[in-house]
Amino acid sequence: MNIYDIIFYLFAAITILSAFFVVTTRNIVYSAYYLLFTFFGVAGIYVLLGADFIAIVQLIVYVGGILILLLFGVMLTNKITNVEIRSGSIQIVPAAVGVALFAGIVMASMLNTKWKNIETAMPSATTQGIGLLLIQQYAVVFELLGILLLVALIGAASMARK
Amino acid sequence: MIYDFFFKLTNSNFLADLIQSLLPLFIFILPFALFAVLFERKVSAHMQDRLGPMRVGYHGILQTVADILKLVQKEDIIPTLADKPLFNIAPVLVFAGSYLAFAAIPFSSAFIGSNIDLGIIFIIAASGFVVAGILMAGWSSNNKYSLLGAMRSAAQIISYEIPTVLVVLSVIMITGTTNLLTLSEMQTGHFWNWMIFGGPVMGIAKFIFIPIMIINFVIIYISTLAEVNRTPFDIPEAESELVSGYHTEYSGMKFAMFFLSEYANMFAVSAIVAALFLGGYQSPIGYLGNLFGVHWLIPIEQFFWFTAKGIFFVFVQMWLRWTLPRLRVDQLMALCWKYLIPIAFVNLLIIGLITVL
Repeated sequence: MNIYDIIFYLFAAITILSAFFVVTTRNIVYSAYYLLFTFFGVAGIYVLLGADFIAIVQLIVYVGGILILLLFGVMLTNKITNVEIRSGSIQIVPAAVGVALFAGIVMASMLNTKWKNIETAMPSATTQGIGLLLIQQYAVVFELLGILLLVALIGAASMARK
Repeated sequence: MIYDFFFKLTNSNFLADLIQSLLPLFIFILPFALFAVLFERKVSAHMQDRLGPMRVGYHGILQTVADILKLVQKEDIIPTLADKPLFNIAPVLVFAGSYLAFAAIPFSSAFIGSNIDLGIIFIIAASGFVVAGILMAGWSSNNKYSLLGAMRSAAQIISYEIPTVLVVLSVIMITGTTNLLTLSEMQTGHFWNWMIFGGPVMGIAKFIFIPIMIINFVIIYISTLAEVNRTPFDIPEAESELVSGYHTEYSGMKFAMFFLSEYANMFAVSAIVAALFLGGYQSPIGYLGNLFGVHWLIPIEQFFWFTAKGIFFVFVQMWLRWTLPRLRVDQLMALCWKYLIPIAFVNLLIIGLITVL
């Protein structure tokens, strides 16, 4: 077991434990902060997989963007107006069935996939490769995604104006 | 590289990594904070025709040490209705966020915490943790001033990240790299190779770049000022409205943590501006080491130039703090969305066109 294995198990433990607490804790602000550690753990695992660009984009988009937005919403409603937002569990039986089915599918696909297990050299930087692919091979998809995000943004702005 | 030296010394990857990662904290941030707190008080005092702290040591040079001793002895007060776990974690998270940025700052050609390919993007990503920590501090204090301060601070940091990123993007378009070490290496030579003077390109493009890059430099300096909540953008801790913003309820060492991370952030953003626009650790006039043929001197000189540039920008931040009045919230947002972002976009377009042609 070398140092990278230890780091991997550390990040995996952070991700799984915090994800578990995200759904079990009753205080919604705590959930949001556990989510921070989940995102952080996932970013760490991306780094270990050699996907440096995805790891950092994960941090920018999820921690710097979505999580902060979520915290904003939760905090503005939770402390300023005196509405206690707490999460609870309803409809346990259907939820359990659904989760069990989903877990089964995930497990089955995990066990039946032939994973590539190649000893590689030190992972190199991926940014340039991703950039070239996005601009050359997937340029249309990339632009369409940009338009989609723009539409969402304009929609949100026009809804907020009403 | 200093890492190789530690590796030879300890003969273990792990220990060398550990020392490397702790080096900026103990060699740099702590002494810098000691210096900068006193420096800020002296600057403010002299700008207001006072003397500032004079009692402890010669002209008060030990004042900060005395203050730290005082803070260590203070009782650690946690408000009864505060959310205790989050209240205790928040200062650590804020400091961790600002220390994360130091991992990618190139102090000299021989020392960068981690020479990652996405250095500058990583630093931008790290600021997300600071925002989360500030919101945590504000919410867990259970105090309306703290919450308002935290909200203002987070809104401000998020808004001003856009002009910062646009300017960073224009620099990336010119140089074609996001690695801060490579970026600094590219600006080698004399000061006319710095990005603010158009970078290492020559010819007509350079003359078009110079005014654009100077405007870009002003934009990024203003927006980094807002990102570290300094005057004139200090509405998150406006003393006359919000006591002291998100750290109103903190005392003792936890308050000191916030203070430390504020000063660490001040240097971090100054260092980023210096690395992007003013040649990073490159000397403007050449190296003594090259002149005398002493090559081990060069990294030390580079460290000197880098800290000199960083501390100069920290000084400008202090200078502005004691010169300008505070902006209102609407003025703050108008400045960002109506002036900085459009100008940055126009600059980005022009630079894009030139680099493509």
